[in-house]
Amino acid sequence: MIKVEELSKEFGSLKAVAGISFHVTEGEIFGLLGPNGAGKTTTIKMLTTLLKPTSGGAIVAGYDIKKEPNNVRKSIGIVFQDPSLDDELTGRENLEFHAILYNISKQQRNSKISEVLKLVELEDKADTLVKFYSGGMKRRLEIGRGLIHEPKVLFLDEPTVGLDPQTRRHIWEYIKKLNETSKVTLILTTHYIEEADYLCNRVAIVDHGKLVALNTPKALKDKLGGDVISLRTNGDTEKLHASLKSTKWVRSMSSHDSTLDLTVEEGEKRIPALMAIAERHNVKVDSVSLHKPSLEDVFIHYTGKSIREEEGSSMDAMRAHRRAWSGRR
Amino acid sequence: MDANAIYVLWLRDLKRFIRAKSRIIGMMMMPIFFLLGLGLGLGSLINLGTGGSYFDFIVPGIIGMSLLFTSIFTGSAVLWDRQFGFLKEILVTPNSRTSIVIGRILGGGTTAVLQSILVVIIALIVGFHMQVTVYTALAIVFMILIAATFIGLGLTLGSMINDFQGFQLVTSFFTMPLFFLSNSIFPITALPSSIQFIMYLNPLTYGVDGLRNALLGTGTLSIWVDLLGITISAIIMVSLAVIAFSRTEVG
Repeated sequence: MIKVEELSKEFGSLKAVAGISFHVTEGEIFGLLGPNGAGKTTTIKMLTTLLKPTSGGAIVAGYDIKKEPNNVRKSIGIVFQDPSLDDELTGRENLEFHAILYNISKQQRNSKISEVLKLVELEDKADTLVKFYSGGMKRRLEIGRGLIHEPKVLFLDEPTVGLDPQTRRHIWEYIKKLNETSKVTLILTTHYIEEADYLCNRVAIVDHGKLVALNTPKALKDKLGGDVISLRTNGDTEKLHASLKSTKWVRSMSSHDSTLDLTVEEGEKRIPALMAIAERHNVKVDSVSLHKPSLEDVFIHYTGKSIREEEGSSMDAMRAHRRAWSGRR
Repeated sequence: MDANAIYVLWLRDLKRFIRAKSRIIGMMMMPIFFLLGLGLGLGSLINLGTGGSYFDFIVPGIIGMSLLFTSIFTGSAVLWDRQFGFLKEILVTPNSRTSIVIGRILGGGTTAVLQSILVVIIALIVGFHMQVTVYTALAIVFMILIAATFIGLGLTLGSMINDFQGFQLVTSFFTMPLFFLSNSIFPITALPSSIQFIMYLNPLTYGVDGLRNALLGTGTLSIWVDLLGITISAIIMVSLAVIAFSRTEVG
């Protein structure tokens, strides 16, 4: 569905995107995960023909983003990071204008609009001005709008930024449902680790305009070596240590004081066996804790940091200003 | 050219205009205060020496001024709209940039002209002596062309500037000279001939003189010269807007 080859974008001397390549298959939920300023949005803007790449290219839904931008535009939908609804129009009018812009006939328009309103559960708010919508409702309307012209690929740029945790969950459920019912290919960018973990079939970690890792969230986590079980014993830790050395499923082990750290796969299933072994050697276990590597650990592993401070541009200031104002309504 | 995009943009501006009653009142405040303060107040002390009253003289000037300010503002609002507004959504649809510019100008032009007609009505209530002639209807044409010229200018500026903080400074850098170096609030002949030359390079001069010809029957130039001047400037500015806007990338 999407083939990206060595895509790059430079703004003056700044390399926002420095040669990114990846493929996305049909029906997939593909995530671009990275800190603010990593080049995710720039990548999306190139794929949606809003920016021209400095070098490299991409095929989206069968069309070249450089040579056939209009065909690309016909085949994609996009939900922007910043709001792009007209506040002084009703929800229905926003959808209707969108449908007219994609040349959808009047009869089709009405049925499509009711269908989408139902999907995003905004039927009873359809004729209210958008400025009276909550942040979550606006997002849902934007997602619905992106679907009206039945795109093959829907881009979601930071779909839940600025939303409260409950609404975020809600939006995630919509996105999942959407992917299941309409089979649309979804590309989303996010700097929320849980979001990528929960939603995406595959995640690409982007940092400094480069792709540093790409796999399923599970495979990325597994690569770190598995779960860590920490055992606190009240007795002979050394004896336990020695007896576990020959156990196949223990990948690595370290002990300090009375604590034994074991790296294993599927840690929750190994705990009963560990208990049995400890009992057999008469070692009393005081406590057990299990740490499963999160995508956050993966992220830190690849980028060497968790979150980077965003450099403030005048646009970020406007964005913050805009959020403050729309939140106050 | 995509008729759909033009239609949507025009309809959007019209709907917004009709719905925002408070904004209409807000937009009317400046012309009303100019009419009262300059036209009636200061005007009572001014003798133009042409027989006509200063109030009658300044009404077309105030219409020109309100067209200038609203149009530049409307045009340059694309800067905001393409980053945080509905315009960005339009930019990713399969519609040409030219249609977007045309739609924007038609929408902004329609609302600016509606606003100007309101100014004329208020002026008539306060005592404007409009002369109804065969040329009166041309006033609407002049209003449209003035709006097109300055929305074009605003769009060009809004497309070229990427800095939100700098852009207000730049727009006032244009609006103030355009307003004061025109015949809006005094006749061209009131200034030395070296400055008159600059005034003749200002599209607003032709627009306001045309409005005076159409509404009062007393212009400095012939109404056809005015029409030619403002038509040429409208064509130039709209073309510049199309070029500048087509080049913008949403950064």
